Amino acid sequence: MQYALLIYGDEKVWESRDERERQENGERHARYMELLRSRGAMLGGEELSRSTTATTVRNQGDSLGVTDGPYAETAEQLGGFYLIEAADLDEAIELAKQLPEPIVEVRPVVAHPQM
Amino acid sequence: MSDPGEGSARQAVEQAYRNEWSRLLALLVTRLRRFDLAEDSLQDAFTAAARVWPAEGVPARPAAWLFTSAYRRALDRVRREEADARRLPLLLTEPSEVVEDDDEIPDERLRLLFACCHPALKPEARAALMLRFVAGLTTAEIARLFLVSEPTMAARLTRAKAKMAVAGIPLRKPSAEDLPERVDVVLKVIYLVFTEGYRATAGPELVRPRLAAEAIRLGYLAGELLPGEPRIAALLALMVLQHARRDARTGAAGELVLLTDQDRTRWHADEIARGLALLDVLEAVPMPGEYHLQALIAAEHAKPPPADWTRIALLYAELERRTGSPVVRLNRAVAIAESGSAEAALALLEGLDAPLAGNHLLFAVRAELLSRLGCVDEAVAAFDRALSLARTEPERAHLRRRLDSVNKR
Repeated sequence: MQYALLIYGDEKVWESRDERERQENGERHARYMELLRSRGAMLGGEELSRSTTATTVRNQGDSLGVTDGPYAETAEQLGGFYLIEAADLDEAIELAKQLPEPIVEVRPVVAHPQM
Repeated sequence: MSDPGEGSARQAVEQAYRNEWSRLLALLVTRLRRFDLAEDSLQDAFTAAARVWPAEGVPARPAAWLFTSAYRRALDRVRREEADARRLPLLLTEPSEVVEDDDEIPDERLRLLFACCHPALKPEARAALMLRFVAGLTTAEIARLFLVSEPTMAARLTRAKAKMAVAGIPLRKPSAEDLPERVDVVLKVIYLVFTEGYRATAGPELVRPRLAAEAIRLGYLAGELLPGEPRIAALLALMVLQHARRDARTGAAGELVLLTDQDRTRWHADEIARGLALLDVLEAVPMPGEYHLQALIAAEHAKPPPADWTRIALLYAELERRTGSPVVRLNRAVAIAESGSAEAALALLEGLDAPLAGNHLLFAVRAELLSRLGCVDEAVAAFDRALSLARTEPERAHLRRRLDSVNKR
Protein backbone atom coordinates (compact mmCIF):
# COMPACT_ATOMS: atom_id res chain seq x y z
CA MET A 1 0.00 0.00 0.00
CA GLN A 2 1.02 3.60 -0.50
CA TYR A 3 0.88 6.13 2.32
CA ALA A 4 1.53 9.86 2.49
CA LEU A 5 3.43 10.93 5.61
CA LEU A 6 2.32 14.54 6.13
CA ILE A 7 4.66 16.58 8.29
CA TYR A 8 3.12 19.18 10.60
CA GLY A 9 4.93 21.61 12.87
CA ASP A 10 5.23 25.09 14.28
CA GLU A 11 6.62 27.27 11.50
CA LYS A 12 8.04 29.76 14.00
CA VAL A 13 10.27 27.00 15.32
CA TRP A 14 11.35 26.09 11.79
CA GLU A 15 12.05 29.73 10.94
CA SER A 16 14.02 30.39 14.12
CA ARG A 17 16.59 27.75 13.20
CA ASP A 18 20.09 29.06 12.58
CA GLU A 19 22.31 27.93 9.74
CA ARG A 20 23.84 25.05 11.71
CA GLU A 21 20.44 23.73 12.88
CA ARG A 22 19.11 23.95 9.33
CA GLN A 23 22.04 21.90 8.12
CA GLU A 24 21.56 19.31 10.87
CA ASN A 25 17.91 19.04 9.99
CA GLY A 26 18.81 18.53 6.33
CA GLU A 27 21.20 15.76 7.33
CA ARG A 28 18.53 14.06 9.46
CA HIS A 29 16.20 14.04 6.46
CA ALA A 30 18.95 12.76 4.17
CA ARG A 31 19.51 9.85 6.58
CA TYR A 32 15.75 9.23 6.71
CA MET A 33 15.52 9.15 2.90
CA GLU A 34 18.44 6.72 2.89
CA LEU A 35 16.50 4.48 5.32
CA LEU A 36 13.39 4.64 3.11
CA ARG A 37 15.46 3.78 0.01
CA SER A 38 17.16 0.86 1.75
CA ARG A 39 13.71 -0.53 2.62
CA GLY A 40 12.41 0.02 -0.90
CA ALA A 41 9.82 2.38 0.59
CA MET A 42 10.80 5.75 -0.94
CA LEU A 43 8.33 6.92 -3.58
CA GLY A 44 8.81 10.66 -3.25
CA GLY A 45 8.58 13.65 -1.00
CA GLU A 46 9.11 17.41 -0.82
CA GLU A 47 9.60 20.21 1.65
CA LEU A 48 7.00 22.97 1.24
CA SER A 49 7.59 26.74 1.47
CA ARG A 50 6.13 28.44 4.53
CA SER A 51 2.33 28.74 4.72
CA THR A 52 2.59 32.56 4.49
CA THR A 53 3.52 32.03 0.84
CA ALA A 54 0.43 29.91 0.18
CA THR A 55 -2.50 30.96 -2.01
CA THR A 56 -5.89 29.30 -1.62
CA VAL A 57 -8.19 28.98 -4.63
CA ARG A 58 -11.87 28.21 -4.04
CA ASN A 59 -13.67 26.93 -7.10
CA GLN A 60 -17.13 27.11 -5.62
CA GLY A 61 -19.91 29.69 -5.27
CA ASP A 62 -19.48 33.25 -6.45
CA SER A 63 -17.35 34.60 -3.60
CA LEU A 64 -13.83 35.78 -4.39
CA GLY A 65 -12.02 32.67 -5.53
CA VAL A 66 -8.41 33.50 -4.75
CA THR A 67 -7.15 34.38 -1.27
CA ASP A 68 -3.79 34.82 0.39
CA GLY A 69 -2.72 32.20 2.93
CA PRO A 70 -3.16 28.49 3.66
CA TYR A 71 -6.58 26.78 3.65
CA ALA A 72 -6.55 26.17 7.41
CA GLU A 73 -5.07 28.75 9.80
CA THR A 74 -3.86 26.42 12.53
CA ALA A 75 -1.03 26.56 15.05
CA GLU A 76 0.73 23.73 13.21
CA GLN A 77 1.08 23.88 9.45
CA LEU A 78 1.80 21.34 6.75
CA GLY A 79 5.51 21.70 6.07
CA GLY A 80 6.26 18.79 3.77
CA PHE A 81 5.51 15.17 2.96
CA TYR A 82 6.91 11.82 2.00
CA LEU A 83 5.17 9.30 -0.22
CA ILE A 84 6.05 5.79 0.90
CA GLU A 85 5.31 2.16 0.12
CA ALA A 86 4.48 -0.03 3.14
CA ALA A 87 2.98 -3.48 3.60
CA ASP A 88 0.32 -2.24 6.02
CA LEU A 89 -0.48 0.47 8.56
CA ASP A 90 1.82 -1.08 11.16
CA GLU A 91 4.81 -0.71 8.83
CA ALA A 92 3.74 2.82 7.83
CA ILE A 93 3.51 3.79 11.51
CA GLU A 94 6.90 2.24 12.19
CA LEU A 95 8.43 4.37 9.39
CA ALA A 96 6.51 7.48 10.53
CA LYS A 97 7.95 7.05 14.03
CA GLN A 98 11.45 7.30 12.60
CA LEU A 99 10.72 10.48 10.66
CA PRO A 100 12.67 13.27 12.41
CA GLU A 101 9.71 15.64 12.82
CA PRO A 102 7.33 16.20 15.75
CA ILE A 103 3.91 15.50 14.15
CA VAL A 104 3.34 13.10 11.27
CA GLU A 105 -0.09 12.29 9.84
CA VAL A 106 -0.24 8.92 8.09
CA ARG A 107 -2.76 8.95 5.22
CA PRO A 108 -3.41 5.97 2.97
CA VAL A 109 -3.28 6.81 -0.74
CA VAL A 110 -6.30 5.70 -2.79
CA ALA A 111 -5.28 2.97 -5.20
CA HIS A 112 -6.94 3.70 -8.52
CA PRO A 113 -6.99 0.98 -11.14
CA GLN A 114 -4.30 1.38 -13.78
CA MET A 115 -5.43 3.74 -16.58
CA MET B 1 -45.68 -29.54 19.05
CA SER B 2 -42.23 -30.44 17.81
CA ASP B 3 -40.80 -33.91 18.18
CA PRO B 4 -37.75 -34.32 20.44
CA GLY B 5 -35.37 -34.62 17.48
CA GLU B 6 -36.44 -31.23 16.19
CA GLY B 7 -36.00 -29.69 19.64
CA SER B 8 -32.50 -31.05 20.04
CA ALA B 9 -31.58 -29.84 16.53
CA ARG B 10 -32.71 -26.36 17.50
CA GLN B 11 -30.63 -26.63 20.65
CA ALA B 12 -27.65 -27.71 18.57
CA VAL B 13 -27.99 -24.57 16.42
CA GLU B 14 -28.18 -22.37 19.52
CA GLN B 15 -25.22 -24.14 21.09
CA ALA B 16 -23.16 -23.73 17.92
CA TYR B 17 -24.06 -20.04 17.87
CA ARG B 18 -22.90 -19.57 21.46
CA ASN B 19 -19.73 -21.65 21.18
CA GLU B 20 -18.57 -21.30 17.59
CA TRP B 21 -19.79 -17.96 16.20
CA SER B 22 -16.74 -15.85 17.00
CA ARG B 23 -14.25 -18.54 16.02
CA LEU B 24 -16.04 -19.13 12.70
CA LEU B 25 -16.32 -15.40 12.05
CA ALA B 26 -12.61 -14.86 12.74
CA LEU B 27 -11.77 -17.64 10.32
CA LEU B 28 -14.09 -16.23 7.64
CA VAL B 29 -12.75 -12.69 8.06
CA THR B 30 -9.14 -13.82 7.67
CA ARG B 31 -10.00 -15.95 4.61
CA LEU B 32 -12.41 -13.56 2.87
CA ARG B 33 -10.64 -10.39 4.08
CA ARG B 34 -13.99 -8.60 4.37
CA PHE B 35 -16.04 -8.04 7.52
CA ASP B 36 -19.43 -7.47 5.87
CA LEU B 37 -19.16 -10.57 3.71
CA ALA B 38 -18.05 -12.73 6.64
CA GLU B 39 -20.86 -11.47 8.90
CA ASP B 40 -23.59 -11.85 6.28
CA SER B 41 -22.59 -15.30 5.06
CA LEU B 42 -22.17 -16.65 8.58
CA GLN B 43 -25.64 -15.31 9.41
CA ASP B 44 -26.98 -17.07 6.31
CA ALA B 45 -25.25 -20.31 7.31
CA PHE B 46 -26.90 -20.25 10.74
CA THR B 47 -30.27 -19.54 9.14
CA ALA B 48 -29.72 -22.52 6.84
CA ALA B 49 -28.72 -24.69 9.82
CA ALA B 50 -31.93 -23.75 11.62
CA ARG B 51 -33.85 -24.94 8.55
CA VAL B 52 -31.83 -28.00 7.53
CA TRP B 53 -30.70 -29.56 10.83
CA PRO B 54 -34.20 -30.25 12.23
CA ALA B 55 -35.20 -31.90 8.94
CA GLU B 56 -32.00 -33.80 8.07
CA GLY B 57 -30.37 -34.21 11.46
CA VAL B 58 -27.45 -32.42 13.12
CA PRO B 59 -24.22 -32.96 11.14
CA ALA B 60 -21.41 -34.89 12.82
CA ARG B 61 -19.16 -31.83 12.69
CA PRO B 62 -21.47 -28.81 13.12
CA ALA B 63 -18.70 -26.18 13.05
CA ALA B 64 -17.22 -27.54 9.84
CA TRP B 65 -20.71 -27.70 8.29
CA LEU B 66 -21.33 -24.04 9.20
CA PHE B 67 -17.94 -22.91 7.90
CA THR B 68 -18.31 -24.72 4.57
CA SER B 69 -21.84 -23.42 4.14
CA ALA B 70 -20.85 -19.82 4.98
CA TYR B 71 -17.74 -19.93 2.78
CA ARG B 72 -19.68 -21.24 -0.22
CA ARG B 73 -22.32 -18.52 0.22
CA ALA B 74 -19.60 -15.89 0.47
CA LEU B 75 -17.99 -17.01 -2.80
CA ASP B 76 -21.41 -16.86 -4.50
CA ARG B 77 -21.84 -13.30 -3.28
CA VAL B 78 -18.34 -12.32 -4.44
CA ARG B 79 -19.15 -13.62 -7.94
CA ARG B 80 -22.41 -11.65 -8.02
CA GLU B 81 -20.72 -8.46 -6.79
CA GLU B 82 -17.64 -8.61 -9.00
CA ALA B 83 -18.42 -5.31 -10.73
CA ASP B 84 -19.30 -3.34 -7.60
CA ALA B 85 -16.86 -0.42 -7.62
CA ARG B 86 -17.95 0.98 -4.24
CA ARG B 87 -16.52 -1.97 -2.37
CA LEU B 88 -13.95 -1.32 0.34
CA PRO B 89 -10.43 -2.58 -0.27
CA LEU B 90 -9.71 -6.03 1.13
CA LEU B 91 -8.32 -6.35 4.64
CA LEU B 92 -4.63 -7.11 4.84
CA THR B 93 -3.63 -10.48 6.24
CA GLU B 94 -0.96 -13.12 5.98
CA PRO B 95 -2.03 -16.18 4.03
CA SER B 96 -3.58 -18.82 6.28
CA GLU B 97 -2.58 -22.44 6.04
CA VAL B 98 -4.94 -24.42 3.89
CA VAL B 99 -6.81 -26.86 6.07
CA GLU B 100 -7.51 -30.16 4.37
CA ASP B 101 -9.27 -31.87 7.25
CA ASP B 102 -12.35 -29.73 7.73
CA ASP B 103 -12.74 -31.06 11.27
CA GLU B 104 -9.86 -28.82 12.16
CA ILE B 105 -11.18 -25.28 12.68
CA PRO B 106 -8.12 -23.10 13.28
CA ASP B 107 -8.45 -20.31 15.82
CA GLU B 108 -7.83 -16.97 14.13
CA ARG B 109 -9.42 -14.90 16.89
CA LEU B 110 -6.05 -13.65 18.09
CA ARG B 111 -5.54 -11.75 14.81
CA LEU B 112 -9.00 -10.25 15.11
CA LEU B 113 -8.38 -9.37 18.75
CA PHE B 114 -5.33 -7.29 17.85
CA ALA B 115 -6.94 -5.73 14.78
CA CYS B 116 -9.97 -4.65 16.87
CA CYS B 117 -7.62 -3.19 19.51
CA HIS B 118 -5.40 -1.32 17.07
CA PRO B 119 -4.12 1.99 18.48
CA ALA B 120 -5.19 3.72 15.24
CA LEU B 121 -8.86 3.18 16.19
CA LYS B 122 -10.84 5.30 18.65
CA PRO B 123 -11.16 3.79 22.15
CA GLU B 124 -14.96 3.50 22.00
CA ALA B 125 -14.75 1.94 18.53
CA ARG B 126 -12.22 -0.63 19.82
CA ALA B 127 -14.58 -1.61 22.63
CA ALA B 128 -17.53 -1.99 20.25
CA LEU B 129 -15.47 -3.99 17.73
CA MET B 130 -14.24 -6.33 20.47
CA LEU B 131 -17.78 -7.02 21.64
CA ARG B 132 -19.00 -7.58 18.09
CA PHE B 133 -16.18 -9.62 16.58
CA VAL B 134 -14.43 -11.25 19.53
CA ALA B 135 -17.28 -11.68 22.02
CA GLY B 136 -19.89 -12.22 19.29
CA LEU B 137 -22.59 -9.83 20.51
CA THR B 138 -25.07 -8.38 18.03
CA THR B 139 -25.01 -4.67 17.16
CA ALA B 140 -28.36 -4.24 18.95
CA GLU B 141 -27.00 -5.83 22.13
CA ILE B 142 -23.86 -3.65 22.08
CA ALA B 143 -25.97 -0.53 21.54
CA ARG B 144 -28.11 -1.41 24.57
CA LEU B 145 -25.05 -2.07 26.73
CA PHE B 146 -23.49 1.30 25.82
CA LEU B 147 -26.84 3.10 26.11
CA VAL B 148 -26.82 4.40 22.52
CA SER B 149 -29.32 3.80 19.73
CA GLU B 150 -28.79 0.88 17.39
CA PRO B 151 -28.23 3.10 14.29
CA THR B 152 -25.59 5.06 16.24
CA MET B 153 -23.75 1.87 17.18
CA ALA B 154 -24.13 0.44 13.67
CA ALA B 155 -22.62 3.64 12.22
CA ARG B 156 -19.75 3.50 14.71
CA LEU B 157 -18.97 -0.10 13.75
CA THR B 158 -19.24 0.64 10.02
CA ARG B 159 -16.83 3.57 10.29
CA ALA B 160 -14.35 1.48 12.26
CA LYS B 161 -14.52 -1.41 9.78
CA ALA B 162 -13.99 1.01 6.88
CA LYS B 163 -10.98 2.53 8.61
CA MET B 164 -9.48 -0.93 9.13
CA ALA B 165 -9.78 -1.79 5.45
CA VAL B 166 -8.86 1.59 3.92
CA ALA B 167 -5.99 2.43 6.28
CA GLY B 168 -4.50 -1.04 6.04
CA ILE B 169 -4.79 -2.17 9.67
CA PRO B 170 -3.47 -5.73 9.37
CA LEU B 171 -5.17 -8.87 10.70
CA ARG B 172 -2.03 -10.12 12.33
CA LYS B 173 -0.45 -10.82 15.67
CA PRO B 174 1.95 -7.88 16.27
CA SER B 175 5.71 -8.29 16.04
CA ALA B 176 7.54 -9.37 19.20
CA GLU B 177 8.83 -5.80 19.51
CA ASP B 178 5.34 -4.25 19.40
CA LEU B 179 3.62 -6.99 21.41
CA PRO B 180 3.93 -5.58 24.97
CA GLU B 181 2.52 -2.20 23.91
CA ARG B 182 -0.29 -3.81 21.90
CA VAL B 183 -1.23 -6.15 24.75
CA ASP B 184 -1.52 -3.01 26.89
CA VAL B 185 -4.12 -1.65 24.47
CA VAL B 186 -6.05 -4.96 24.56
CA LEU B 187 -6.10 -4.80 28.36
CA LYS B 188 -7.23 -1.17 28.30
CA VAL B 189 -10.10 -2.01 25.96
CA ILE B 190 -11.25 -4.92 28.12
CA TYR B 191 -11.04 -2.81 31.28
CA LEU B 192 -12.91 0.03 29.56
CA VAL B 193 -15.75 -2.37 28.77
CA PHE B 194 -15.65 -3.57 32.38
CA THR B 195 -15.65 -0.17 34.06
CA GLU B 196 -18.37 1.07 31.71
CA GLY B 197 -20.53 -1.76 33.06
CA TYR B 198 -19.41 -1.44 36.63
CA ARG B 199 -19.89 2.23 37.19
CA ALA B 200 -22.25 4.22 35.05
CA THR B 201 -21.25 7.88 35.21
CA ALA B 202 -24.81 9.16 35.10
CA GLY B 203 -28.38 8.01 35.34
CA PRO B 204 -30.44 5.79 37.61
CA GLU B 205 -28.58 2.54 36.93
CA LEU B 206 -25.25 2.25 38.75
CA VAL B 207 -24.29 -1.19 37.48
CA ARG B 208 -24.79 -2.94 34.18
CA PRO B 209 -23.58 -6.39 35.24
CA ARG B 210 -24.05 -7.91 31.79
CA LEU B 211 -21.43 -5.60 30.27
CA ALA B 212 -18.99 -6.29 33.10
CA ALA B 213 -19.58 -10.02 32.64
CA GLU B 214 -18.80 -9.68 28.90
CA ALA B 215 -15.52 -7.96 29.81
CA ILE B 216 -14.60 -10.87 32.07
CA ARG B 217 -15.44 -13.30 29.26
CA LEU B 218 -13.16 -11.30 26.93
CA GLY B 219 -10.46 -11.43 29.62
CA TYR B 220 -10.65 -15.23 29.83
CA LEU B 221 -10.55 -15.48 26.05
CA ALA B 222 -7.52 -13.14 25.83
CA GLY B 223 -5.81 -15.26 28.49
CA GLU B 224 -6.55 -18.39 26.50
CA LEU B 225 -5.24 -16.84 23.25
CA LEU B 226 -2.13 -15.31 24.89
CA PRO B 227 -1.05 -17.83 27.50
CA GLY B 228 1.78 -16.78 29.78
CA GLU B 229 0.79 -13.08 29.86
CA PRO B 230 0.76 -12.26 33.60
CA ARG B 231 -0.89 -8.88 32.94
CA ILE B 232 -4.02 -10.57 31.56
CA ALA B 233 -4.31 -12.80 34.64
CA ALA B 234 -3.85 -9.72 36.86
CA LEU B 235 -6.62 -7.84 35.04
CA LEU B 236 -8.86 -10.89 35.24
CA ALA B 237 -8.27 -11.20 38.99
CA LEU B 238 -9.13 -7.51 39.40
CA MET B 239 -12.35 -7.79 37.38
CA VAL B 240 -13.48 -11.07 38.95
CA LEU B 241 -12.94 -9.74 42.50
CA GLN B 242 -14.80 -6.49 41.81
CA HIS B 243 -17.60 -8.19 39.92
CA ALA B 244 -18.14 -10.71 42.76
CA ARG B 245 -19.55 -7.81 44.81
CA ARG B 246 -22.08 -6.65 42.20
CA ASP B 247 -25.25 -7.76 44.05
CA ALA B 248 -24.21 -5.98 47.24
CA ARG B 249 -23.26 -2.67 45.59
CA THR B 250 -26.82 -1.37 45.44
CA GLY B 251 -29.61 -1.65 47.97
CA ALA B 252 -33.28 -2.50 47.45
CA ALA B 253 -34.10 1.00 46.14
CA GLY B 254 -31.12 1.07 43.78
CA GLU B 255 -29.09 3.20 46.19
CA LEU B 256 -25.30 2.93 46.36
CA VAL B 257 -23.98 0.82 49.24
CA LEU B 258 -20.41 1.62 50.26
CA LEU B 259 -17.93 -1.24 50.47
CA THR B 260 -17.75 -1.16 54.27
CA ASP B 261 -21.56 -1.32 54.58
CA GLN B 262 -22.10 -4.08 52.04
CA ASP B 263 -23.84 -7.31 53.03
CA ARG B 264 -21.03 -9.78 52.56
CA THR B 265 -23.41 -12.70 52.30
CA ARG B 266 -24.47 -11.24 48.94
CA TRP B 267 -20.93 -11.43 47.59
CA HIS B 268 -20.30 -14.37 45.28
CA ALA B 269 -17.88 -16.40 47.39
CA ASP B 270 -16.99 -18.80 44.56
CA GLU B 271 -15.96 -15.90 42.33
CA ILE B 272 -13.89 -14.30 45.08
CA ALA B 273 -12.10 -17.63 45.54
CA ARG B 274 -11.45 -17.73 41.79
CA GLY B 275 -10.07 -14.18 41.81
CA LEU B 276 -7.79 -14.92 44.76
CA ALA B 277 -6.59 -18.10 43.04
CA LEU B 278 -5.67 -16.09 39.93
CA LEU B 279 -3.62 -13.78 42.16
CA ASP B 280 -1.89 -16.71 43.88
CA VAL B 281 -0.55 -17.87 40.53
CA LEU B 282 0.88 -14.37 39.98
CA GLU B 283 2.66 -14.34 43.33
CA ALA B 284 5.97 -15.11 41.56
CA VAL B 285 5.96 -11.91 39.46
CA PRO B 286 8.65 -9.65 40.95
CA MET B 287 7.31 -6.23 39.90
CA PRO B 288 3.53 -6.09 40.10
CA GLY B 289 1.97 -4.04 37.31
CA GLU B 290 -0.87 -1.56 37.70
CA TYR B 291 -3.70 -4.07 37.29
CA HIS B 292 -1.88 -6.42 39.65
CA LEU B 293 -1.65 -3.71 42.33
CA GLN B 294 -5.33 -2.90 41.92
CA ALA B 295 -6.19 -6.60 42.13
CA LEU B 296 -4.15 -6.91 45.36
CA ILE B 297 -6.14 -4.00 46.79
CA ALA B 298 -9.43 -5.63 45.73
CA ALA B 299 -8.22 -8.86 47.34
CA GLU B 300 -7.58 -7.09 50.65
CA HIS B 301 -11.15 -5.75 50.56
CA ALA B 302 -12.50 -9.22 49.78
CA LYS B 303 -10.94 -10.76 52.90
CA PRO B 304 -13.02 -10.98 56.11
CA PRO B 305 -12.92 -7.76 58.17
CA PRO B 306 -11.16 -5.93 59.62
CA ALA B 307 -9.40 -4.77 56.44
CA ASP B 308 -5.64 -4.23 56.61
CA TRP B 309 -5.80 -0.50 55.79
CA THR B 310 -2.06 0.00 56.35
CA ARG B 311 -1.30 -2.53 53.61
CA ILE B 312 -4.00 -1.03 51.36
CA ALA B 313 -2.47 2.45 51.86
CA LEU B 314 0.96 1.06 50.90
CA LEU B 315 -0.43 -0.58 47.76
CA TYR B 316 -2.10 2.71 46.79
CA ALA B 317 1.18 4.57 47.42
CA GLU B 318 2.95 2.21 44.99
CA LEU B 319 0.11 2.60 42.48
CA GLU B 320 0.32 6.39 42.79
CA ARG B 321 4.07 6.27 42.22
CA ARG B 322 3.44 4.33 38.96
CA THR B 323 0.51 6.30 37.62
CA GLY B 324 0.70 9.77 39.20
CA SER B 325 -3.09 9.59 39.11
CA PRO B 326 -5.00 12.07 41.33
CA VAL B 327 -7.83 9.51 41.71
CA VAL B 328 -5.35 7.00 43.12
CA ARG B 329 -4.08 9.65 45.52
CA LEU B 330 -7.67 10.23 46.66
CA ASN B 331 -8.08 6.51 47.35
CA ARG B 332 -4.75 6.46 49.17
CA ALA B 333 -6.02 9.29 51.38
CA VAL B 334 -9.13 7.24 52.24
CA ALA B 335 -6.95 4.25 53.17
CA ILE B 336 -4.73 6.43 55.36
CA ALA B 337 -7.79 7.88 57.09
CA GLU B 338 -9.12 4.35 57.73
CA SER B 339 -5.76 3.25 59.14
CA GLY B 340 -6.07 5.97 61.75
CA SER B 341 -4.92 9.38 60.57
CA ALA B 342 -7.60 11.75 59.29
CA GLU B 343 -5.17 14.71 59.46
CA ALA B 344 -2.59 12.97 57.25
CA ALA B 345 -5.39 12.01 54.85
CA LEU B 346 -6.67 15.58 54.66
CA ALA B 347 -3.15 16.82 53.91
CA LEU B 348 -2.94 14.37 50.98
CA LEU B 349 -6.00 15.98 49.40
CA GLU B 350 -4.18 19.27 49.03
CA GLY B 351 -3.33 19.91 45.41
CA LEU B 352 -6.16 17.68 44.12
CA ASP B 353 -8.64 20.55 43.67
CA ALA B 354 -7.34 21.48 40.25
CA PRO B 355 -7.02 17.98 38.69
CA LEU B 356 -10.27 16.74 40.27
CA ALA B 357 -12.23 20.02 40.08
CA GLY B 358 -15.46 18.44 38.81
CA ASN B 359 -15.17 15.21 40.80
CA HIS B 360 -17.77 14.86 43.58
CA LEU B 361 -15.75 12.11 45.28
CA LEU B 362 -12.95 14.54 46.23
CA PHE B 363 -15.43 16.75 48.08
CA ALA B 364 -17.30 13.78 49.58
CA VAL B 365 -14.04 12.40 51.00
CA ARG B 366 -12.96 15.82 52.27
CA ALA B 367 -16.38 16.25 53.91
CA GLU B 368 -16.09 12.89 55.71
CA LEU B 369 -12.58 13.73 56.95
CA LEU B 370 -13.59 17.20 58.16
CA SER B 371 -16.59 15.77 59.98
CA ARG B 372 -14.35 13.20 61.68
CA LEU B 373 -12.06 16.00 62.80
CA GLY B 374 -15.07 17.88 64.20
CA CYS B 375 -15.05 20.72 61.63
CA VAL B 376 -18.83 20.64 61.07
CA ASP B 377 -19.25 23.88 59.09
CA GLU B 378 -16.47 23.04 56.65
CA ALA B 379 -17.80 19.48 56.36
CA VAL B 380 -21.30 20.74 55.48
CA ALA B 381 -19.85 23.08 52.84
CA ALA B 382 -17.89 20.18 51.31
CA PHE B 383 -20.97 17.90 51.30
CA ASP B 384 -22.92 20.67 49.52
CA ARG B 385 -20.20 20.93 46.92
CA ALA B 386 -20.17 17.15 46.45
CA LEU B 387 -23.95 17.12 46.06
CA SER B 388 -23.82 19.79 43.37
CA LEU B 389 -21.35 17.63 41.40
CA ALA B 390 -22.71 14.08 41.88
CA ARG B 391 -24.46 12.85 38.74
CA THR B 392 -26.19 9.60 39.74
CA GLU B 393 -29.26 9.52 41.93
CA PRO B 394 -28.03 6.73 44.28
CA GLU B 395 -24.83 8.69 44.97
CA ARG B 396 -26.77 11.90 45.62
CA ALA B 397 -29.09 10.07 48.04
CA HIS B 398 -26.08 8.72 49.91
CA LEU B 399 -24.56 12.21 50.19
CA ARG B 400 -27.87 13.68 51.45
CA ARG B 401 -28.06 11.01 54.18
CA ARG B 402 -24.49 11.78 55.26
CA LEU B 403 -25.15 15.53 55.25
CA ASP B 404 -28.24 15.08 57.44
CA SER B 405 -26.36 12.99 60.00
CA VAL B 406 -23.55 15.59 60.24
CA ASN B 407 -26.09 18.42 60.62
CA LYS B 408 -27.88 16.58 63.46
CA ARG B 409 -24.75 16.30 65.57
